[in-house]
Amino acid sequence: MKVQSVLEFAEQARAGNIGIEENTHKILDKVFAANGMNFFNVISKDLALQQAKELDSRVKQGKASGKLFGLPVSVKDCICVKGIESRAGSRILDGYLPVFDATVVSKAKAEGAIIIGKTSQDEFGFGTFSTNTGIGFNAPKNPFDSERSCGGSSGGSAGLTAFADFAHVSISESTGGSIACPAGFCGVAGFTPTYGLVSRYGLIDYANSLDKIGSMGKTVADSALLLESIAGHDEKDSTSLNEKPSFADEKNFSTKGLKIGIIKDFFGEGINPDVSKIAWNSIKKLEKAGAKIKEISLSLNAKFSVPAYYLIAMAESSTNLAKFCGMRYGAQESLSGSFNEYFSKVRSNNFGEEAKRRILLGTFARMSGFRDAYYLKAMKARTRLINEFRLAFKEFDVLANPTMPVIAPKFSEIEKLSPIEQYAMDLCTVPSNLAGLPHISINSGFSQKMPVGIMLVADYLQEKKLFRAASALEELQ
Amino acid sequence: MAKTNVDKELLLKVATNARLNLTEAEIKKFLPQMQDILGAFSKLDELRDLKEEPSFQPIQLKNVFREDKAGKCLSQEEALSNTKHSKRGYFLGPKVSE
Repeated sequence: MKVQSVLEFAEQARAGNIGIEENTHKILDKVFAANGMNFFNVISKDLALQQAKELDSRVKQGKASGKLFGLPVSVKDCICVKGIESRAGSRILDGYLPVFDATVVSKAKAEGAIIIGKTSQDEFGFGTFSTNTGIGFNAPKNPFDSERSCGGSSGGSAGLTAFADFAHVSISESTGGSIACPAGFCGVAGFTPTYGLVSRYGLIDYANSLDKIGSMGKTVADSALLLESIAGHDEKDSTSLNEKPSFADEKNFSTKGLKIGIIKDFFGEGINPDVSKIAWNSIKKLEKAGAKIKEISLSLNAKFSVPAYYLIAMAESSTNLAKFCGMRYGAQESLSGSFNEYFSKVRSNNFGEEAKRRILLGTFARMSGFRDAYYLKAMKARTRLINEFRLAFKEFDVLANPTMPVIAPKFSEIEKLSPIEQYAMDLCTVPSNLAGLPHISINSGFSQKMPVGIMLVADYLQEKKLFRAASALEELQ
Repeated sequence: MAKTNVDKELLLKVATNARLNLTEAEIKKFLPQMQDILGAFSKLDELRDLKEEPSFQPIQLKNVFREDKAGKCLSQEEALSNTKHSKRGYFLGPKVSE
């Protein structure tokens, strides 16, 4: 069944052809019925219905406006929604009710979005399969096969987007591949913008120099519409860029002359041959449609981006997580002992295993005597890896690779992977994330009835180019 | 970096700095894992002559200034709305000294 596009839905809703409260009720019923899939940490029923009523009355008053008017929008748990428990999938934030909306949430609401809930994720985004959930949380299940992972860390967002037989988009977030990976595993479009294009104000940080809020939708157009609704400068985020993409005028997806670089390092060793073949066939279609294809090697990124990324991400996350100490919000206990004893008790009781592992590794990498050898070295390596991309973009418009080296694994397979084996799975998504480059993952076919994602990467602020290439590819599928 | 040997003493020192109390079971699990992970990260040693400036951000940032005027901020009530521990309009914390 073809699901109505977001553009069409919002148009119909503004025109009064869709009863917004009625539609919201229907969708809430569906998501409650699918609760066993664990897409949500919280379903914000009361907020959604209250918003829906307000929008219905705006239609009656002839005041309906907004790109996302009446549209059900889910929000990754790490992004603050006023009055709705926001925990980033961690027990240490149990009971935390933000007193403000994240900028992206305010912007989405201003465009008429209805916030239906907070989607499940790895604790603080620390994972590739949404299985590193915090204590008391459950991993989302893949709608194509419930024994398999949705990917991570924005797993709930991707699972729900694939599952939905209604117009819907999800505000998600990527640090090292947390939008592309689950989008690939669930066969939806996941759009990660240039670092700084979307405000991070109100995001429960993982790693400040890497975090990017982005969008997911059933199609490139859906995800792009959400992205343009939430992007733009924000004085509350000092890393925010003064840029705002607009895709509305992009009607012609001709790929004639588009120069596509195939990152050959991500088609061979370490990549499942079937996955590689499917992604390759996809690019061949673009070639037939007039694109110019050439192989390129990003050998430095292929070798060094995963260790450089993890060192930086862990170092930054260990400082970010220092603020969770059981005093001002989230999990709290009765005040006893010295402040060190109290903070340590709350943290030890409430962080999950992977969070503890990353805090330990990140703290180590920043400690006197080790900082230069680990953290600083990773930061210098990052410069070299960015330069490798810069060189590639002198020759190419977009670069392409399979989003993930495998199809969504079974939970029983993930259990057997060591932490370092799990980190290695991020091989294809980490380079563009470490460099802060915009990228998009769309479905390129199926292997064992599971979706296979293809990822396109563009130069800084070249979201439009990415949109054109991905839309063309989507039409050719 | 390849030669760093993480022993129990170092792990506990890191844990104390990070305000984490580790159980014996956690120590047993994390110790070999940290060794493995740091060993894998030492691949970066193969990058010779790293004379590049470190990239603390992926893209160049400019200083942004605004007019020095008071803007909106949270009310005291809002700021305290998520804590169980407050007294006379302030956060109440654990003891700093005996």
